[in-house]
Amino acid sequence: MSNIPSELKYATSHEWVRNEGDGTVTIGITEHAQGLLGDMVFVELPDVGDEVATGDDIAVAESVKAASDIYAPVSGEVVAVNEDLEDSPELVNSDAFGDGWMFKIKLDDASELDALLDAEGYANVVDED
Amino acid sequence: MTNKTVLHAKHLEAGAKMVDFYGWEMPINYGSQIEEHNAVRNDAGMFDVSHMTIVDVQGADAKAFLRKLVINDVAKLETAGKALYTGMCNLEGGVIDDLIVYFFTDTDYRLVVNSATRVKDLAWIGEQANGFEVTITERPEFAMIAVQGPQAKAKVATLLDAEQTAAVDGMKPFFSAQAGDLFIATTGYTGENGYEIALPADQASDLWQQLLDAGVKPCGLGARDTLRLEAGMNLYGLDMDESVSPLAANMAWTIAWDDESRNFNGREVLAAQRAAGDQPKLVGLVMEAKGVLRTGLKVVTPHGEGVITSGTFSPTLGFSIAMARVPRAVKLEETVQVEMRKKMVDVKVIKPSFVRNGEKVF
Repeated sequence: MSNIPSELKYATSHEWVRNEGDGTVTIGITEHAQGLLGDMVFVELPDVGDEVATGDDIAVAESVKAASDIYAPVSGEVVAVNEDLEDSPELVNSDAFGDGWMFKIKLDDASELDALLDAEGYANVVDED
Repeated sequence: MTNKTVLHAKHLEAGAKMVDFYGWEMPINYGSQIEEHNAVRNDAGMFDVSHMTIVDVQGADAKAFLRKLVINDVAKLETAGKALYTGMCNLEGGVIDDLIVYFFTDTDYRLVVNSATRVKDLAWIGEQANGFEVTITERPEFAMIAVQGPQAKAKVATLLDAEQTAAVDGMKPFFSAQAGDLFIATTGYTGENGYEIALPADQASDLWQQLLDAGVKPCGLGARDTLRLEAGMNLYGLDMDESVSPLAANMAWTIAWDDESRNFNGREVLAAQRAAGDQPKLVGLVMEAKGVLRTGLKVVTPHGEGVITSGTFSPTLGFSIAMARVPRAVKLEETVQVEMRKKMVDVKVIKPSFVRNGEKVF
């Protein structure tokens, strides 16, 4: 069973979202998702300043096995991206919920967070995979 | 019904992630495909290849039969133990399978064919044997372990007895020897030195454990694929199949034309294709930009379109490589384009060989 931290929110498409409490959220892919993809070899990130809408494909995780789109779980402006992934994409494998974070978004509408899954809801999604 | 090799429990014990591979439950990796790949390039790794099919061909007509069955000529084999890579074609010149033939005597050969093609291979071989005095015997009682990497031979050596040590002493690539219970061959699918070892199934778990104890890393099908692609070795079902001529699959070198009286299956069609010179060809592609070339992507060249037959990220090189079937007029060193995620990306055409003995070769 994958680790699913209870303090995070989740999208059915396997992104996790951490509310930083200052109007921004940090986003990555779950441990379950990195396990499915296998060894990460490239992560293509959005540009800081991009305006994104919920559900937009804004990044790509390429593992040895497959390329997988990463979707914006909320709408807003990209305010930071994890540049360490440029040289060390394997951080997504080794620390999916920590150093393997992908980008930060400044929320347009904080209530969008309510539409995301909690850990229990996401655990059900994982069980169905 | 899923088949399991005799090493199944050892894979689970080692933390393997198992997948269905043409009806066999096999390890895809034991945690990290890239670490396994690197173990084979830098040290020693091992693969359970017990799902592959060993077929012994024996009898007075064994040589004559194989001279018809496969496109390379087993008459080239004169030293006991020597192995030959070849294709087995249908009468239309399509590749039914690629395989290795081991020679013992003119009346005694061993074939190792792919697992995915086992049923059709055995049916075809049986059918083709009509009229020849040969016995075709599948050997499911053997398991097979491939040990590959620069330290593979040294690590295996620590486990061999005196007789086995003598049998493999100085053995050149593409040879084999039966030594006690072990059939040891210097063949492999990674571009590294090493052995493929066939042995009675009931001894396989012990050998696997001894190899583990000797520091050989278990490697899954994932690493096997990135290693073989770096080595420029074809994979049946991706780089060739029955719809593909060996001339279009970088296998022309395995067709022996010299003896004009040798009427191997597909000869007429292949000779006509060779004379016409219009078959596409299999080349290597390298892309140093970000991204990974994948099977099925379209290749655009000044001479027409082609397709990627196998693509991957190369863990040794740090960028993506592929094999692609393209029009014959495409030249080596030429830059062509691949359509990736709606973008056209430049890639360089090279011979389909990327890494040998741990080193970049282009």
